[in-house]
Amino acid sequence: MITAGIDVGSLTSKAVIMKDGKILSSIIVKSKPRPWESADIVINSTLEKTGLSMTDIICCVGTGYGRDKIPFIKQAVSEIACHAKGARWLMPSARTVLDIGGQDCKAMRLDEKGEMVKFITNDKCASGTGRFLEVMAKVMGVELSDLGELSIRSKNPVTLASACTVWAQADVIQHLNERTPIEDIAAGINNAMASRMSTLVSSIGIEREVCMTGGVAKNSGVVTALEKALGIHIKRIRKDDPQLAGAIGAALYAEAVSNGERI
Amino acid sequence: MITAGCDIGSLTAKAVILKDKKIIAREIIRATARPEQSALAVMELACATAGIDMKNIERLVGTGYGRKHIPFVNSVESEILCHARGAFHQAPGTRTIIDIGGQDAKAIKINNKGEVIRYVYNDRCASGTGRFLEIIADSLDIALEDMGALSQKSTEILTISNQCVVFAETEIISLINEGKEIPDIISALHKAVANRAASLVRGIGPEPDAVMTGGVAKNSGMFAALAEALGIDLKPVADPQINGALGAALIAEDTLSGKK
Repeated sequence: MITAGIDVGSLTSKAVIMKDGKILSSIIVKSKPRPWESADIVINSTLEKTGLSMTDIICCVGTGYGRDKIPFIKQAVSEIACHAKGARWLMPSARTVLDIGGQDCKAMRLDEKGEMVKFITNDKCASGTGRFLEVMAKVMGVELSDLGELSIRSKNPVTLASACTVWAQADVIQHLNERTPIEDIAAGINNAMASRMSTLVSSIGIEREVCMTGGVAKNSGVVTALEKALGIHIKRIRKDDPQLAGAIGAALYAEAVSNGERI
Repeated sequence: MITAGCDIGSLTAKAVILKDKKIIAREIIRATARPEQSALAVMELACATAGIDMKNIERLVGTGYGRKHIPFVNSVESEILCHARGAFHQAPGTRTIIDIGGQDAKAIKINNKGEVIRYVYNDRCASGTGRFLEIIADSLDIALEDMGALSQKSTEILTISNQCVVFAETEIISLINEGKEIPDIISALHKAVANRAASLVRGIGPEPDAVMTGGVAKNSGMFAALAEALGIDLKPVADPQINGALGAALIAEDTLSGKK
């Protein structure tokens, strides 16, 4: 059975085409201002890679920030549900999942079957979300994807005065003016991010294995800083791109939907 | 008796000189990156206005964000105490003081003797502080001091749903792209800042009379929005922005005259 999952986020849009529980193709692109444009782009390019056409897809599920604005999906499923399912596919032993999106963060605790026990989200405050890192990378004039690499080389991480994006930004500017090594500032940023994430995930209770999904999971500096803040090992996802978790979950739900299950 | 108060904030530096409890000089300058420099500059300016020499000041109390870096003070006092003292002097009926500064917001409750009973403080989140207004003024390319007058021209009620400054900035950019008018956006912004500040104030159980101090109180739109958000009668004080410096100068006077 061939299904598709579309995850239209605030910053990036993702699509995954799956056949019998295996990924045939996937894509991650920067989101367009209109969710349906993003959805069209990701579905067309994943189809192109496989040589399939829309009619080959039995069922398509949408998720993410823009999920209600995707015209061609059969059903929209919540981000929490899709991320949990996708995370378990990526790492079957996962019991605690921390997903950092472009402008939110979610922490989920699952039982041994992968059923949701407890979750918490933050979409009210930019701190602890991808936006925090995005703002800081811009101020520093580096690529978002370079923050992790940079921070690992730090010998003397700075301490940012506040988790608030606005205050932290002022702090970073001051450090730049004082010629603090850029690696040390990057490490300070990642530590601030990790400390905020650790508060969120701790509030739902942590069980092993812990894994991280979303684009920020690819920032090794943040993952290491979070391990330190929590005092617990975070198992790295190797099966596929952790940023695809939501879309994978959606594609798996699509299979359930076409089997007549109610989601 | 000549005393002075010097309040070094994040955005502005303020000085007040008192002669026998009467204000003989009050000055506000934009703060520089170095608190000691700002302190010296504002004190020199105030001394020149008062026509006195710095040596004539019998006691000087420092307060504000940069108070620990003012080199020439006799003592330093917390902003909470100074704002309470200043507001009680400016309006003796005051029981609740709401101070919105450039980088923080405070709510202080005092008794009928002017003593602090309770206070709450937010300097962890930029929302509900003057910085929120500053950032948006900057991105709309308008002067901070024009916001009050501009908001009064508002004809359409808009809502900014995000409390976080970072997210609200994005929301405001979308409003501009939708063709919304600047006065309407500013009016909505005032409501958003006021709502955030009001939730802080509710934490101490505000009682009348309530006054608003700090530079943000000079913004008529913010003043009105806060009064509405709190649902209580908010009274203006004559000099909201120098309230902390005035309080510091009064505390200096109290010390010299032997009052606690």
